[in-house]
Amino acid sequence: MSDNWNLWEVFVRPRRGLDHVHAGSVHAPDAEIALQHARDLFTRRGEGVSLWVVRSADIVASDPGDAGELFDPADGKDYRYPTHYELPDEVANM
Amino acid sequence: MGATVLSNDELLRHADRAMVLAQRLTEWIAHAPDLEEDMALANLGLDLLGQARSLYTLAGAREGAGRTEDDFAYLREAREFRNPALVEQPNGDFAATIVRQFLHDAYAIEWWTARVDGPDPDVGALAAKVVKETTYHLRYSRGWLVRLGDGTDESHRRTSAAVDALWPFVGDLFAPSDAALRPGFDDRVAAGFADATVSVPAGAEAFTPATEPSPLLVELLAEMQSLHRAHPGVSW
Repeated sequence: MSDNWNLWEVFVRPRRGLDHVHAGSVHAPDAEIALQHARDLFTRRGEGVSLWVVRSADIVASDPGDAGELFDPADGKDYRYPTHYELPDEVANM
Repeated sequence: MGATVLSNDELLRHADRAMVLAQRLTEWIAHAPDLEEDMALANLGLDLLGQARSLYTLAGAREGAGRTEDDFAYLREAREFRNPALVEQPNGDFAATIVRQFLHDAYAIEWWTARVDGPDPDVGALAAKVVKETTYHLRYSRGWLVRLGDGTDESHRRTSAAVDALWPFVGDLFAPSDAALRPGFDDRVAAGFADATVSVPAGAEAFTPATEPSPLLVELLAEMQSLHRAHPGVSW
């Protein structure tokens, strides 16, 4: 495999109405071959009805070291969940 | 069953074509240029093996002598195989495997498409599924043919050499009853070759099938049949 084989991230949509979900990655020299490799590796057993491939280098990822400032502040904020609020009895259906 | 169904000779010709090529493709396992191509080539082989199994089973049922798919695959001698010589040809380098596959697929898509609404209902039922498989195989082999032929100087050189070496086997792909398929095949191949910037070798002498089975087929079958012959009835 030469240097021009890039890594591509593969997303599979299991069936209509569901979202594409990250399934893994493949090496390929271009987008069309990446799609074929994704088909051959990730949909052999009827796992999907649609595929996306995205060049891995094009994905902007959060830094694991930033998890404290990015994600921890969400802890303990129950009021952000609808279940935090008690509904008055008069509201029968919501 | 009317008189217009395929003869068992014809069924076996196509079962053998698929099975011998499947065996060649699986020789790539763990040797392909990368893991992804390993899987891609093995997938092609598995599809072809599935086609061979269905055709052997159908041939056995029509023969009515109790022969199973395994009897056809494992217990016949090389001289009883009817596959075209193209599919026996060695894998060579990746370009040779791709050119062999492209020529095969361009023929196979024409043959199976003609079976979909053909006079043999059993083969027609199978054809609907096989046309989808073969359409993908052709997409794969044509895609690589174009990339390699129209790629670097080295990949172009290798692809051209493979075309020169394999073109003589094209005529042998077509049984006399396949004559109507040839124009469609020629159009497909011409378009693929044009995109790949390779050309049909001028004045290439056509391969003439010998009366004796080729050493290539004998060797391929010896390896494929050895386990079954050493352990009759062996299964997973």
